[in-house]
Amino acid sequence: MHWIDYYRPSTLEACLEAFAEHGASARALAGGTDLLVQMRAGRLANNVVVDVKAVPELNEIRYEPGIGLTLGAAVPCYRIYGDPTVQREYPALIDSVSMIGGTQIQGRASVGGNLCNASPSADAVPPLIALGATCRVASVAGEREIPAEDFCTAPGTNALGEREVLVSLNLPAPSPDSGACYLRFIPRNEMDIAVAGAGVSVRLANGCFDSGRVALAAVAATPLLVPAAGAALSGQPVGRSAIAAAAAAAKAAARPISDMRGTAEYRSNLCEVLTRRALEKAVERAGGTLG
Amino acid sequence: MQSIHVRTKINGQAAEFLCEPRQSLLEVLRDVLRLTGTKEGCNDGNCGACTVEMDGRIVPACLVLGAEAEGADILTIEGIAEGSALHELQNAFLEGAALQCGVCTPGFIVASKALLDSNPDPSEEEIRFWLANNLCRCTGYDKIVRSVQAAAERMQQEATP
Repeated sequence: MHWIDYYRPSTLEACLEAFAEHGASARALAGGTDLLVQMRAGRLANNVVVDVKAVPELNEIRYEPGIGLTLGAAVPCYRIYGDPTVQREYPALIDSVSMIGGTQIQGRASVGGNLCNASPSADAVPPLIALGATCRVASVAGEREIPAEDFCTAPGTNALGEREVLVSLNLPAPSPDSGACYLRFIPRNEMDIAVAGAGVSVRLANGCFDSGRVALAAVAATPLLVPAAGAALSGQPVGRSAIAAAAAAAKAAARPISDMRGTAEYRSNLCEVLTRRALEKAVERAGGTLG
Repeated sequence: MQSIHVRTKINGQAAEFLCEPRQSLLEVLRDVLRLTGTKEGCNDGNCGACTVEMDGRIVPACLVLGAEAEGADILTIEGIAEGSALHELQNAFLEGAALQCGVCTPGFIVASKALLDSNPDPSEEEIRFWLANNLCRCTGYDKIVRSVQAAAERMQQEATP
């Protein structure tokens, strides 16, 4: 690996100052499961690494009933699936963080890092989009919020400015009649990259879908929110017919490529199947029945 | 930037070392501290050969910077046996022929110990998923899984008065 300087700020202020000083030559280190691999491969030109694991705001899991979850950008997967409140309130997030890599990777890799790496196949991103997460981004100049669906802008590229840091993901508190799920397809049981994935959330009211959100992995240049799939659910009776319409909308919205993991046609078909199954599971988690 | 002075704890003992900021914990363990039991396989987090325990969690040492060890508590394969008394996992791997070339073995032992520490009676499925981040190109895994089961059984018997 090329020479780097290493900083480990212990306050958000010091962290933001490091990025203000070093700008594009600095990269944030959380779990390192993407960063160190890419640096070793010579794919990144940064010469400063800012270890963000001592910054309190990036390492907290905080849930406030009625408000929601603040998930620090550097919190590793194992802390998320080990948290009883997240298990209870955000099972779709648990679905994704327990399938990223294997045990050792889950000991390091963070949801914030998965998002910043901006891979089209990132497993943690579709559930964030489906759950309506917003990204808290900060720099010395101030803060802003970015909807999760707008964060990834191209493969490996995100919406962060040179001096900005992703601080946390903020997820709204789920209402009691809501449910969510993330499913992906891989040709083996674990330790693989999604051929396609579907993250969904639904809210039910009086036997109907009040609202729904569907987001897809690995079938576009970025994780993809499918508004048409949500629209196909809204106001419809909870059942297989609305779910089939939403799944068809997901298939129609997919813009996959053919590569070693699957053909475009195969991936499009997977979007339909995964969206249907994820919606069925989300309805079950919301306490609804499919009739 | 100069070399970094890191104070840490390795296998229960206070340790300190100097490392370059770009050196991984794996490089520090092997090249600086000469703890060569931890192996380098893929050097990108896929194979698990460099698995160590850091603050109670198993991690790939190739994806940790040496500088991150400051204040941490690290367990390597060298800290698994107690003196000349092998850990039950090590005995079981020997008796069950759970290795051939042996490059993956330290990672499997460290990862398996972490599993049994938190789950003394894992199912075969739990063992296989826990160890999915450890690759072995010799054994076909069955002997490894059987040996972890055998060690778990023996450790439970020993724990029962």
